Amino acid sequence: MRLSTYNFLTSKAIKGVKVGFPLKLTIAKKDVVESEFNATFIERLLPRLDWPAIRLAAEIADLADDIPSEQPANIAENEELLKKLHHLLLEIDVLEGQLECPETGRVFPITDGIPNMLLNEDEV
Amino acid sequence: MASIKLKKLEEYLHGVDSFEKPKIKLEQYITPPHIASCVLYNIQTLYGDIEGKYVGDLGCGSGMLSIGSFLLGAGMTTGFEIDGDALNTFQYNVTEMELPGIDCVLCDVLALPKCGKWGNAFDTIVTNPPFGTKNNCGIDMLFVQTGISMASGAVYSFHKSSTRDYIRKKVKDWHVKGNVVAELKYNIDTSYSFHKSKSVDINVDFWRFDVTEKDI
Ligand SMILES: C[S@@+](CC[C@H](N)C(=O)[O-])C[C@H]1O[C@@H](n2cnc3c(N)ncnc32)[C@H](O)[C@@H]1O
Repeated sequence: MRLSTYNFLTSKAIKGVKVGFPLKLTIAKKDVVESEFNATFIERLLPRLDWPAIRLAAEIADLADDIPSEQPANIAENEELLKKLHHLLLEIDVLEGQLECPETGRVFPITDGIPNMLLNEDEV
Repeated sequence: MASIKLKKLEEYLHGVDSFEKPKIKLEQYITPPHIASCVLYNIQTLYGDIEGKYVGDLGCGSGMLSIGSFLLGAGMTTGFEIDGDALNTFQYNVTEMELPGIDCVLCDVLALPKCGKWGNAFDTIVTNPPFGTKNNCGIDMLFVQTGISMASGAVYSFHKSSTRDYIRKKVKDWHVKGNVVAELKYNIDTSYSFHKSKSVDINVDFWRFDVTEKDI
């Protein structure tokens, strides 16, 4: 699971959950998958990012120094930060770990890089 | 313009492993590589909807459309699939081909609108949805409806040609412009060996939905 995907995952489909975001991420095993940096693509993603959530992800991935806690203005002109975002969002691959619903504590396992967001019938 | 030649793309897509044990109830058959490469190539060359874009693939199966989109230059692709076995093959394909920008989520596509965050997350959505049977008639349109909510640019999907008029009417209600970009004929039974004797070609439309003015 890439952290760009993490940025969009919620547990809101569970009955009674109001926001279900951000999910509490635990990383047991991760990998770094090198990929070509495309500044325009990261800029495209920017407005769709939830900054506090990706900052949280950065802390958990031991990259807190790369990502400021407040979203800076004019990121588009800051190539260095764009590169760090690229690394955080597209190159960190969570292989094993879990996502936890902040409201109910329901755990969604991440196995072999795949987050399992399936819910049982009695949960929806 | 496309960053890869059509022939090369098709060659790569022939290397995508199919479902190990296709589950008939989930309508698991892969998009034939020839068809996948042609339609994806056209999405890029005619509409520029892949290169540098965030592409989502609903019911991604073993990854044919996700992998094809990434090879055509998508910035990132995320596939959504309800079957864990299919996703294991998906991950195997992605690892084997050493493709960096492809991700997947195990989930029910029909539950995605309830999750709240996927709305407009993508530029482009591609899907080869289940066509639906007696028990889940209309599931292909539910996939499209979900896709429309998740995309800000365009949604591409396959449907039986027999449903053309119905789809035209339906998407109009959502302020979405739909047009058939290719008429195809293929055999969806080929992966079910025990079906082979009675398999027939069916007529399938490949649709483009322009969702830039959607009201959904
Ligand atoms: C026709 S296959 C297409 C597979 C793949 N996209 C391809 O083009 O080769 C449809 C896929 O949708 C999946 N599917 C069916 N119902 C689903 C649902 N409710 N949510 C997510 N995926 C589903 C099936 O398991 C199957 O992999």
